Amino acid sequence: MNALEQIIEHTGEPQTNFRFIDCDIHPALKHKKALYPYIEQRWRDHLDTYGGLAHSVYATRGGPYPRFTPETARRDAWPPNGSPPGSDLEFMQTQHLDAHDIRFGILQPIVGANNTRNTDLSAALCTATNDWQIDEFTSREKRLKASIHICAEDAELAVAEIDRRAQNRNFAQIQLGSRSVEPIGRKRYWPIFEAAQRNDIPIGFHVGGPSPYAPSPSGWPDYYIEDHQVLTHSAHAQVTSMILEGVFEVYPKVRVVMIEAGFAWVPSLGWRLDNHWRKMRNETPLCKRPPSEYLKQNVWFTTQPAEEPEHREDLRLLFDLIGFDRMMFATDYPHWDYDDPKRAILMPMSEAERRMLFHDNAFSFYANLD
Amino acid sequence: MSITDAIDCDIHPGVPTIKVLLPYMSDYWREAFIARGQDGFQPASYLPNSPISCRPDWRDGDAIAGSNFDLLQKHALDGFGSRFAICNVLYGGSFSISETMAAAICAAVNDWVKAEWLARDPRLRASIVVPTQNPRLAVEEIERIAGDRRFVQILMPVALDMMLGKEHYWPIFEAAVRHSLPIGLHAGSLYRYAPTTNGWPSHFLQDYVGNNHAFESQLLSLISQGVFVKFPDLKVVLIESGVTWLPGFLWRSRKTWRAVRPEVPWVNESPIDIVRRHVRLTAQPMDGPADPAVLERVINQIGSDDMLLFASDYPHWQFDGDRVLPDGIPSRLIEKMARDNPLATYPRLQETIQ
Amino acid sequence: MAKHVIATLAEIPPGSQKLVNVKGRAIAVFNVAGELFGISDACPHQGGSLAAGATVGLTTSVKPGEYCHSRPGEFVRCPWHSWEFDLRTGQSWCDPRKFRTRPYDLSVELGDTLIAGPYVAETFGVSVEDQYIVVEL
Repeated sequence: MNALEQIIEHTGEPQTNFRFIDCDIHPALKHKKALYPYIEQRWRDHLDTYGGLAHSVYATRGGPYPRFTPETARRDAWPPNGSPPGSDLEFMQTQHLDAHDIRFGILQPIVGANNTRNTDLSAALCTATNDWQIDEFTSREKRLKASIHICAEDAELAVAEIDRRAQNRNFAQIQLGSRSVEPIGRKRYWPIFEAAQRNDIPIGFHVGGPSPYAPSPSGWPDYYIEDHQVLTHSAHAQVTSMILEGVFEVYPKVRVVMIEAGFAWVPSLGWRLDNHWRKMRNETPLCKRPPSEYLKQNVWFTTQPAEEPEHREDLRLLFDLIGFDRMMFATDYPHWDYDDPKRAILMPMSEAERRMLFHDNAFSFYANLD
Repeated sequence: MSITDAIDCDIHPGVPTIKVLLPYMSDYWREAFIARGQDGFQPASYLPNSPISCRPDWRDGDAIAGSNFDLLQKHALDGFGSRFAICNVLYGGSFSISETMAAAICAAVNDWVKAEWLARDPRLRASIVVPTQNPRLAVEEIERIAGDRRFVQILMPVALDMMLGKEHYWPIFEAAVRHSLPIGLHAGSLYRYAPTTNGWPSHFLQDYVGNNHAFESQLLSLISQGVFVKFPDLKVVLIESGVTWLPGFLWRSRKTWRAVRPEVPWVNESPIDIVRRHVRLTAQPMDGPADPAVLERVINQIGSDDMLLFASDYPHWQFDGDRVLPDGIPSRLIEKMARDNPLATYPRLQETIQ
Repeated sequence: MAKHVIATLAEIPPGSQKLVNVKGRAIAVFNVAGELFGISDACPHQGGSLAAGATVGLTTSVKPGEYCHSRPGEFVRCPWHSWEFDLRTGQSWCDPRKFRTRPYDLSVELGDTLIAGPYVAETFGVSVEDQYIVVEL
């Protein structure tokens, strides 16, 4: 019996079948100009001439660290017609939605819309991305729900876009990157949290996003293997910022989810914040309660890429410490560090816990699911 | 719980003003600091009046924390009953932008520590503070001081001018290994870059908590750049990093390495094995949960009994009273943390000082 | 043990690979410069199909900054998490003892020798002139 078979035998197959909710699916543009129908001519001309102008070393690449596979994707996720992984709805349906009998999938496009230093362009691309998700995906496939793209750096335009879309049943959440031009808890971003709370729609922070800063407080790592690790730091920093700046005190009903950052860092962050806040809370008066309490009130986590402890029971401990009610399963289809729904979270779970992780938590967390 | 006859791997004598260092400087630098009227080189990583910088009952009025020898002796040495304590001075030279000023201040600090601290209590040991801003100058300082066996480590802040694994810093590792001295990375930043990858938080508390990011990324840099392949005898000590972050880091780094190994093929074993062999952590703060049973489990997740080093972090405020260790540390570890692991990490501690 | 014909050699030319099913087993078959390798298709990590992975050489190094490339095409990277598997042994590179997939001995045989002795052809007839990839199970 090989290692995988041993683990499966230890875990047991689920007793009941139910359809799960995948909290992170990446739709892709069929080609570079796929958003052009959704933007004005002036922006098409602008993009043709100047491109997206991100905080980047290179002219057209998304980020400076080359990924390990083409399009950061699973090698088996290329549709037969050759278009990029995640761009072909039919193939996504066959290979993923139908194959796993998914009930809902939350789309998170990574198309560089909020990656630009030109915030007017970014706002135009964001609203275009929202239109494109409906046209190409959610209007044709009811199992898929879209994310409201906003340009966080222009709070006014961002709020306008949220208000325009939040009651539209195509959308399940607001999407932001885990990186931003200032820590996301700072006051200039508060209108976004206000709009999220007012519209009763959650905010998903997906790893990545625009960043003028070095990945590390000590500068620029050389390798992708390092860059991949610091994705967790951006999520860690955003959570810290929101808690200590007081976002969850001022907007107590806002719900946020940290996506694709894994979760092994969460309990330690809670303990560390509590420990040092207790001494220095007079610097952060809007954090009125121990920070870990806000973690358990306002913050959720998707599981992918699930960490792989040396001992299976330590995976279970993480869930118990964070709270089973705060964990939501995601595959990250079609990316390479995809978590398979049958194989990625292998640990003893009750049926009720399995349902929470794979369905019930997400069902109550997201907007417009039913 | 309290603990006696331990080896305290992290205490902080404080430099009160540049004036105390002037006697140890060259004529040029002494005149420069006086004539130009420049002082105030306390690092922003430890705001002098912030709660973390000094426990309230250890404060001495307005004085810079740790600057009074008698108080340090009374609190840290006599108070904890320590066998030895390693002085890690966090002061301007280590953080300066100018290379030459960095070298001048670091050298003065090392000489000041020798004359006014090590000479006055045989229980004290120290780290060599070095100007990482210029690795050649850092090596010169190591060569100048390393002959004094009371210096047991080479110390630097954890967030520097660039990632520590880069070849730029390798002369420092080469000197460290030649003298059998570990490299100590201490919480703190040169602030050449934003403290977080999302920019500058509004609060010092966020900066302090964010030291995590520097520890993890520097550790990964050392691994990924092959520093432990090039220098198989090198040991690195992470000082004041917290402890409970480590298992999650190990698991994720191993998972990523399994996937993208060919990018860094000289990393020819799991990062977990590399860390267990080459890296040590001072266990103050522990940043653990209130539940001792959970803390015990997290500590066991580290998977090695050799890694944790006892420390008080005096005078930083990490615990109250004499509860220097939280409940939950497995008893088999306490002796190891207090004596065996420090002696193994800092072999010079085993020598009798003449 | 019986010989099973799993494909014609022409179906899997050098540099190509294919997923075949033999007696209920999914086997990923690779033709590396004329040499045939077969490994159990399911990646022992999370079950990705190795037949869909990229074949690569082996990258090793003893000195930081230096890359040594050898054994071109003799490794497959799982299409999901890119774990490397040695086509000769089925072992993963990252943890060869704990994570391995079963290797199969494949041979290439002419149609007339197959027609002479006992064989099992899963999906097609065997002709005398053609060459066939055979596994013994």
